[in-house]
Amino acid sequence: MVPETPDPAAERPDDASPKADPAPERPDSPEPSGDSVGTPLVRFEKVCKRFGDTVVLDRLDLDVEAGRHVTLIGPSGSGKTTILRLLMTLTQPDEGRILIDGAPLDARARKTIGMVFQQFNLFPHMRVLRNVTEAPVHVLGMDKDEAAERAKGLLEMVGLGDKLDARPSQLSGGQQQRVAIARALAMRPRVLLLDEVTSALDPELVAGVLDVLRDIARGTDITMVCVTHEMNFARDISDLVVMFDGGRVVESGPPEALFHSPRHERTREFLSAVR
Amino acid sequence: MRTWDWSYTGHVMPDLLRGLLVTVEATALGSLLAFALGLVWALAFRAPTRWVRWPVRAVVEFVRNTPLLVQLFFLFYVLPSAGLTFSPLATGVFGLGLHYSTYTAEVYRAGIDGVPPGQWEAATALSLPRRRVWIAVILPQAIRRVVPALGNYVIAMFKDTPMLAAITVLDMLKQAEEAGAESFRYTEPITVVGLLFVLIAYPTSLLMRALERRLGT
Ligand SMILES: Nc1ncnc2c1ncn2[C@@H]1O[C@H](COP(=O)(O)OP(=O)(O)O)[C@@H](O)[C@H]1O
Ligand SMILES: [Mg+2]
Repeated sequence: MVPETPDPAAERPDDASPKADPAPERPDSPEPSGDSVGTPLVRFEKVCKRFGDTVVLDRLDLDVEAGRHVTLIGPSGSGKTTILRLLMTLTQPDEGRILIDGAPLDARARKTIGMVFQQFNLFPHMRVLRNVTEAPVHVLGMDKDEAAERAKGLLEMVGLGDKLDARPSQLSGGQQQRVAIARALAMRPRVLLLDEVTSALDPELVAGVLDVLRDIARGTDITMVCVTHEMNFARDISDLVVMFDGGRVVESGPPEALFHSPRHERTREFLSAVR
Repeated sequence: MRTWDWSYTGHVMPDLLRGLLVTVEATALGSLLAFALGLVWALAFRAPTRWVRWPVRAVVEFVRNTPLLVQLFFLFYVLPSAGLTFSPLATGVFGLGLHYSTYTAEVYRAGIDGVPPGQWEAATALSLPRRRVWIAVILPQAIRRVVPALGNYVIAMFKDTPMLAAITVLDMLKQAEEAGAESFRYTEPITVVGLLFVLIAYPTSLLMRALERRLGT
């Protein structure tokens, strides 16, 4: 294992992490940029995923370093959700491996990953506080009072300190999504997966949710893998933006570079379509 | 045609009400058994191994597709010859509960299938243990939406209890029959039995319909 080095410069060359071309590079080979890098927190190694005849991911390689914020963009159906679902073990790869901290993704590693869904998926029969305490108590074995105290803190942070006893159905979509964020954070994840978390919201509710996520991006060292069509948000929080199409990485780079001077026609078309 | 004899009606009422008590008791206990066993079947339908799924499926289909009356006779006349003897009422409750559990199993199955996939996914994303997913997430939502359907089977079971008369349980019908055999007047006791059934079953079914509307689909 390569020893940890001081944080590699924030402005990494855009070929640093995901490999834009399926080069016959060995997964363990050193990064081409020369600055040595520790084991990535998340690594996709030649991952293939098919649904019937549809090849959704075609030998995907993707690394996410600890603490980084990576945004996945690409047209609808390009496999962005599938990548997050694979990481959350909601579906299994047909080929290839997914590694967390260098070890295969298993039930134990899964506990270090949290996910926020497009449709919130709160537990509708539980009150807000219980939605947030359920997993810490029954997965982490946390004491009930301690879990409740922490949950209250998290709910306050997302601006819902006064809704502890509400049912999800009594909340707006934006409020429900903020509960879902608190619920995921309550498990103290190292990696947070965000799948178009504002797509199901009325436009006036989007900003509140994005502000909460900006705070998390700035104020914590949680690694974030994010799928969004909110390009301003992506620019604000991302270290790296990865453009997908046809089951492959088209290109990737820091947000300024990728948004201002995309190298590929497909990226340019996509960006002009969503803006 | 003979006219209705009110004093005779009053005379048989206590026996009929005693029979009603037995009928209600059999329905209540039979329902509890059907609710519990049906849930066991529904969970077994989803067992990871087919060595559980297939036998359970076979038993459930067999029980559902043979008449309740035949099952009651089997339990009442055949089991004792194998050394298993229960009171007629206990045998009747077991027969009703077992038979109706094959219907409630389907009700639960539909309820479980109706829980949105997002709920399973959220539970997985939180790494909730399997037991906890069922107890805290899936079943509360599944059962809530099938309460009216379960209630309708309770009504159906209630109306099937007269079959217990065939295995000598002194339910309402049996009481009416015995009263009639004694005095050669069947009109009053049998009519009252019918009325008592309607009086209980109809309001209950209205209640279930209201509940169904309130819980929404
Ligand atoms: N469970 C599934 N069964 C069949 N096809 C699926 C399933 N999930 C996703 N797909 C297909 O995989 C492709 C990629 O889907 P997805 O990852 O959701 O894309 P994105 O999130 O980028 O829009 C789509 O063509 C979609 O139809
Ligand atoms: Mg998607």
